Amino acid sequence: MIPTPNLSHLTAKDFERVYEPAEDTFLLLDALENDAEDLKSSRPLICLEIGSGSGCVSAFIGTILGPSSALYLCTDINTHACQCTVATGRQNKVCLESVGTYLDRSLHTRLKHRVDLLIFNPPYVPTDSVEAESAQSSPAIASAWAGGINGMELTNTFLKLAPELLAPQGRFYLVAVKENNIPRILAAMLNEHDLAGKVVLQRRAGREHLHILRFEKQGSQVQT
Amino acid sequence: MVRLITHNLLSCHAKGCTTNNFPLQFKDAEIEHREADFNPEFIRGLLPKIEWKALVDTAKELGDTSLPYEQPEMMDDELLKTLHHVLLEMHVEEGQMICPNCNHVYPISNGIPNMLLAEHEIA
Repeated sequence: MIPTPNLSHLTAKDFERVYEPAEDTFLLLDALENDAEDLKSSRPLICLEIGSGSGCVSAFIGTILGPSSALYLCTDINTHACQCTVATGRQNKVCLESVGTYLDRSLHTRLKHRVDLLIFNPPYVPTDSVEAESAQSSPAIASAWAGGINGMELTNTFLKLAPELLAPQGRFYLVAVKENNIPRILAAMLNEHDLAGKVVLQRRAGREHLHILRFEKQGSQVQT
Repeated sequence: MVRLITHNLLSCHAKGCTTNNFPLQFKDAEIEHREADFNPEFIRGLLPKIEWKALVDTAKELGDTSLPYEQPEMMDDELLKTLHHVLLEMHVEEGQMICPNCNHVYPISNGIPNMLLAEHEIA
């Protein structure tokens, strides 16, 4: 059992502005824990989490891999989330490198083909486009969940960037819900980007049917 | 926090700024030193991903001249320890990073680099 990161330093006030870990977060943690031995033996050096929010997921990865074994880069469009990410790193004795930016902007060029472990728990809730766009341009709490049409607007943008970031043996974990049309995501990633993906874990939580997708470059799949 | 490892991975992404946009130059940097566990294997692994000249120049800008100008072919333990310190133990907490090409200013506050651009600055 890998302990869930300690978030006791974050308050209700923080969670008015930053997404509080919920079922989607915990399902992602469970998927990472299931893969813990594999992840450790693949020795990732550069981890990148897009939209790190409270920092819970990256702190968990730091606990799996060890604080001095990898670089834990985290981005968030919400600068309060960036502060929470750093604080969560400190609380859990993992140095989380927080960068305030949109997706991977400012890091993309230098990180091309260098990311060993890529994580994205996107805003996946279907909303109208205007709501999703205004959420992303004013980094309020809605930027953590408002996903636009099919809940896929931001995810679609990032799915075009992710394949270029991944190192040859890199892995990419993505959170999605049924409404996102998971078969379509898997087919597009395989056909357009040569990334083989599969659902590694799924769970119903209230109205949401949550899925964790894991992608690897074709020909570099590890056995599970 | 902006450690030099992270700085070595950041480039300017303002509209139209595609060349000479790396490395960003520190200005008014306030540095804190915090010890981190030394893991030689991790540092060795990072080496191929680092732009050496940018790292040496930046460290020098911040007053640290401990790294050789040319990247040595052989990395002994002492050099790995020096690299460990420069890459992972120097934290820039406050200040700015300025693009050498377009002069865009990216502020650092409470150790967080703000790389967000306004709508009209986005490529």
